[in-house]
Amino acid sequence: MDAQLLAELQKLLGAENVLHKPEDLLLYEYDGSVEVARPDCVVFPQNADQVAALVALANRFNTPLVGRGAGTGLSGGALARTGGILTVFSLMNRILQVDAENQRAVVQPGVVNSDLSAAVAHLGLHFAPDPSSQKACTIGGNVSENSGGPHTLAYGVTTNHVLGMQVVLPTGEMVRIGSSAVDAPGYDLTGLFVGSEGTLGLVTEITVKLTRLPEETKTLLAIFDRVEDCTETVADITARGITPAACEMLDGWSLRAIEAYIHAGYPTDSAAVLLIDVDGLREAAAVQSEQVADVCRAHHAREVRAARDSRERDLLWKGRKNAFAAVGRLSPSYYVQDGVIPRTKLPATLRRIEEIGKKYGFEIGNIFHAGDGNLHPIVPFDARDKEQFRRAVAASDEIIEYCVAAGGTITGEHGVGMEKDRLMPLMFTEAELELMKRVRNAFNPIGLLNPEKIFPSAKGCGEIRPRPRAQKQSEVSVA
Amino acid sequence: MSTPAAGAVSRLEALVGRSAFSADPEKLGDYAVDGITPSVAVQPSSTEEIVEIVKFAAAEKLAILSCGARTKIGIGLPPRQYDVALDLTRLNKIVAYDPGDLTLSVEPGVLLCKLQQHLNQHGQFLPHGVPFMTRATIGGTIASGVEGPLRQMYGTPRDFVLGMEFVTGDGVAGKSGGRVVKNVTGYDLHKLLIGSLGTLAVITKINLRTFPAPQSLRAFSLHFANAGAAACRDAVATSALKPMTMEIVSHTAAELFAHAHAFRREPHTLPEGALSTTAWTLVISFSGSEAMLDRSENEMRKMAESAGAERFTRIGNVDGKPEPVNIAACYVRLREFIPIALASSPGCTILKISVLPEHIEHVLACAKHAAEDHSMPWAAIARGIGVIYVALLPAARDEKPLHCVSATLNRIREDCARLGGHSTIPWCPSEWKSALDIWGPDRPDLPLMRKVKNVFDPRGILAPGRFMGGI
Repeated sequence: MDAQLLAELQKLLGAENVLHKPEDLLLYEYDGSVEVARPDCVVFPQNADQVAALVALANRFNTPLVGRGAGTGLSGGALARTGGILTVFSLMNRILQVDAENQRAVVQPGVVNSDLSAAVAHLGLHFAPDPSSQKACTIGGNVSENSGGPHTLAYGVTTNHVLGMQVVLPTGEMVRIGSSAVDAPGYDLTGLFVGSEGTLGLVTEITVKLTRLPEETKTLLAIFDRVEDCTETVADITARGITPAACEMLDGWSLRAIEAYIHAGYPTDSAAVLLIDVDGLREAAAVQSEQVADVCRAHHAREVRAARDSRERDLLWKGRKNAFAAVGRLSPSYYVQDGVIPRTKLPATLRRIEEIGKKYGFEIGNIFHAGDGNLHPIVPFDARDKEQFRRAVAASDEIIEYCVAAGGTITGEHGVGMEKDRLMPLMFTEAELELMKRVRNAFNPIGLLNPEKIFPSAKGCGEIRPRPRAQKQSEVSVA
Repeated sequence: MSTPAAGAVSRLEALVGRSAFSADPEKLGDYAVDGITPSVAVQPSSTEEIVEIVKFAAAEKLAILSCGARTKIGIGLPPRQYDVALDLTRLNKIVAYDPGDLTLSVEPGVLLCKLQQHLNQHGQFLPHGVPFMTRATIGGTIASGVEGPLRQMYGTPRDFVLGMEFVTGDGVAGKSGGRVVKNVTGYDLHKLLIGSLGTLAVITKINLRTFPAPQSLRAFSLHFANAGAAACRDAVATSALKPMTMEIVSHTAAELFAHAHAFRREPHTLPEGALSTTAWTLVISFSGSEAMLDRSENEMRKMAESAGAERFTRIGNVDGKPEPVNIAACYVRLREFIPIALASSPGCTILKISVLPEHIEHVLACAKHAAEDHSMPWAAIARGIGVIYVALLPAARDEKPLHCVSATLNRIREDCARLGGHSTIPWCPSEWKSALDIWGPDRPDLPLMRKVKNVFDPRGILAPGRFMGGI
């Protein structure tokens, strides 16, 4: 990389906060996706002023700059696709303010999601968005990707919990948008920035809502011998207007994978289970758990188990939250999709996924947010086998095309990043993408921040083009 | 103001057909905004027609104001230019409704109350109970950014709009979001359109989440001589209870609600003693099973006692009327506070404030003192989440009360700004708008908003000048 830029970065942040040796950069080539991209250097700013100075430097040296939290993202959002400066926020990890009375917190972007909930638990509060990676992922990353999680079914995704933020724009200018009070006048820029995948600005401070912990949570495990019974249960729970706090489906393949690793107490001989939380007032949780159990039984659940205590509950959830790690033990690589469908279409969609698996020669696993209709079909493959990788991608694409045709979308919570940019034409016309690009360019005109993300490259616009960097896939390792 | 050439007018007529076009001065009077009458009004019935109209207007440099039932068309600064009224009431179809998925896709001209009736047949509803409910369209309520009591539990359109289709100021048909409940594909452009007063794009379709209609309701009123109402709000907020609505009502608002204007909006009598006409009332409602409602009632009773309530009433079976009627009589008045206030005074000026909940008490006290010190009739309601409406109700709308109104508002707004809150004036007589600085001081992110406007409407033909900072 440019020696002068390196010297300036070291002067700005201290040599210990700038990584540039190839062996130090290796780790930062990856995130949670199957994508790979090596930055020219990795920097660790400690405050917003340093971030602004970094952006100024990036401008001066005309070098791309990409923000990154913990690197747990699943779409390549936090990878330096075109090289440049990867800005890791792990040192900006202070909770700046907790305001229990107004149920607000102000945090730096590097605060780990579950650390915030842990820090406010004694006040009876928590930060509601709970991605499965919540023990590692950062709130800054959650904001960039508009992350979801199992309990967003009842509580909403990240954008529903963010009120305002301080951002450093690609010009180096620092500005506050939104506010700690609700209904900040003017356009909802906070709503635009959340989920913009780091393409509009770098978030340096976030004001979030804190949510009261429920008085009671009941966790149910409904066990099914047929996948159809399980998916029909989900559609029926939704149609009856019952909103559990979480409603996760795990199929038999996933259960066996998880059980071998976590010993969560999942029935390995079943076709599928639903892991359901109901919460709220004692009285509400009691009634709702009965209602849910009734629906499960009406659809031939073999058994509806209720966790007897918090230890049992935590164990059931530990299995779910570590599901992807468990899958990683079984297969050298896996490809996980994030399509969403209307919940009425769940039974048909799961059947279709099975057919697609057969067609391409994979046993596709399903561990997903069933209550939201947010699928995570997992295609296990061996990345060393290029042909297999090609088939895995083709199978995933066919699933996604089915989701879109069913009235759904290509990503529910993982983001577009560099993984699904080529799929964007499935959702948006060229004119619609052009409008979104103009919004990006209004903030980020020369593509300084997180370039070549979200939007399909100019060459392939309007059609699905071959996967970029496919030849590098042999380097993929799974965390 | 420009007057479009006769040739332009006739070409516009050709675009939409004679029946959907009007240049009749009498009819156009209905479309006047802040005393400015457009040259033509068009009622397109498809997105394609809207694209053509907008492209045409962009080419001819004609300014467009899109509207629905026009119940809230007065919000914002007077338009800098206004040639074409784009009346969206013919786009009034429920495009798709999937009760099993609890999702809905509607055109903007659908009447909100018709929509609610439709959803009700399936035991569902849209938790969007907003002022002017009986006449308003879904598009208008979303574009104007109004909110209502139900947000305590359900949030605002920002939380339940799933996606939109729209036409930008250069005539490009666009969309964002989708029809499923979870989606992070592309930028959430539709969030920008909520409350944008039609300054960014013409909304042509709105996708929404629907919700199961609450089965049983129970509401309570707690009378407080002084600060107790806010303290009680705080106690509820830190309890396990999940109220559906929670507002603090001034005694002056209670008087307003007992007036004839209020009956026109809601014919049922307010239950005796529901609202205090001498002090503050906390009105709170709950939904759920009988067991949940019993629990909520017991806890509310205890909280009322510890906060020093003078009176605790279950807004229940009084006058032989069933409970829901009495709850509705109260709820509808709270929802319709703004139109009731507007009908009660020719110079009615409404200040919308948002602050952190801990400041509600202070702002209400400040509003009361400021109004009383200026001998200005007033009324106020505060939602538990920190949104406060203060209505000043002068007996006239000439120059004389303006000074008083302005002085009262300034005192409240200064206080509000000091507390880090926001204040805007969504409603006041047109001729007072510039004197009252309805949008307040420029925000530091205003330049970013201008950038957004420039992307969506580069020629500045959509509702020019109406938004914050003259956008």
